[in-house]
Amino acid sequence: MSTHVQLEIFEGPLDLLLHLIKKNEVSITDIPIATITEQYLATLELMESLSLDVAGEFLVMAATLIHIKSRMLLPAGADEPDEDEGVDPRDELVRRLLEYQRFKEAAEQLEQREMLTRDVFVRSATPTEEVGPRGFREVSVFELLGALKRVIDRLPKDSFHEVTLEKITVREKMTLLLDRLRALGSIYFEALFDEVKSRMEVVVTFLAMLELVKVRAIRIYQEEMAGPIMIEAAAGMDEAAENAVIDEAEEEQHGT
Amino acid sequence: MEREEVKSILESLLFVADAPQSSQRFSEVLDGVDKELIREVLNELQSELDAQNRGIRLVEVAGGYQLRTTKANADWVKKFLGGRPARMGRATLETLAIIAYRQPITKAEIEAIRGVDVDGVLTTLLDRSLIRAVARKDVPGRPFLYGTTPEFLQLFNLKDLTHLPTLKEMEEITLPESAGETIPLDQAEES
Repeated sequence: MSTHVQLEIFEGPLDLLLHLIKKNEVSITDIPIATITEQYLATLELMESLSLDVAGEFLVMAATLIHIKSRMLLPAGADEPDEDEGVDPRDELVRRLLEYQRFKEAAEQLEQREMLTRDVFVRSATPTEEVGPRGFREVSVFELLGALKRVIDRLPKDSFHEVTLEKITVREKMTLLLDRLRALGSIYFEALFDEVKSRMEVVVTFLAMLELVKVRAIRIYQEEMAGPIMIEAAAGMDEAAENAVIDEAEEEQHGT
Repeated sequence: MEREEVKSILESLLFVADAPQSSQRFSEVLDGVDKELIREVLNELQSELDAQNRGIRLVEVAGGYQLRTTKANADWVKKFLGGRPARMGRATLETLAIIAYRQPITKAEIEAIRGVDVDGVLTTLLDRSLIRAVARKDVPGRPFLYGTTPEFLQLFNLKDLTHLPTLKEMEEITLPESAGETIPLDQAEES
């Protein structure tokens, strides 16, 4: 049996519930809790079987649904005679669903407006998202590793390996890198590896860069999401400070 | 100064401005010119561009006036500029809508409405300057209260927050000045 599975990506448990309510053509204010709970749990199972991360919030909602379902099965007021009989166990959930739906609609309305850089443009418009003067993005470790992998992949893949003694140390690389940044101001991440021939040298260069970031001698940033990664010398680093920085980093390395 | 001359000057100023400019700002530059005349001329300029179906329009946005391209030409402008504008995902839009209508609001309050964690989305919105921390709420932990920025108004072509689309069953928008139980950020930093 072939089943055609169409799994939408849900923003969260409330989003999934709204979807099920709409699909079953039932009213938010009178949810057939048994049916909806069953379908909700089935969707969660489906997500899990597809190895999608089912966030904790989805499980909390599952528990809530089962709890409501069990309370609906009890005769009204049988167990808790003090509670007023008019309280529907679904009330709190209904209130949350209605509120969430309101903002979902608000989001849709916002999206229909004339959006800057999508529908309309201003003279100084940047083609992508607006980036303010403080708008430089810090680069994440994952992006750095991704960039490093691209550099390594680009290295010539020799069928034989010539064994040469690598003379260059992380410390020397740090000095070279700082000299280069002082001359050029800032450089592209990829340009760090222009002259680099071996995998070992790539790694040494990368470590040198990380050491310099750690002591805040250089800064790594992107101007936009997924844009080129830039490296620049931190402001106010004079040569003496640079040496101190390098000594300190060296000591730490030897200390272990 | 002749009306036509005022109009010509205003057109030049609007052209060089890199953000929406208030009529007050124009009055400062064109001192001696009647403020009412400046407003009249701006409206006239606006109607002219609309009536002639021009490629640029004068819009009132984020408390000022700004020249923008007409929506009809969007595809051509995009082709010319190249690059791909970042699309705003549903999580981002929903969170932004909650903040816009409920500001000032804490992260926990947003999460209560959305039913999911909003850490990542808030970072994106802060990075893009669409929201900012406006105060701290006077409750344990003193969490930040977030509100929208002028950049938010610019992005969605809104003159001000009262021009947000009204929603069915939506309560009145509470504007930031109703911050009775809040601590202004500058004071909050000191303690």
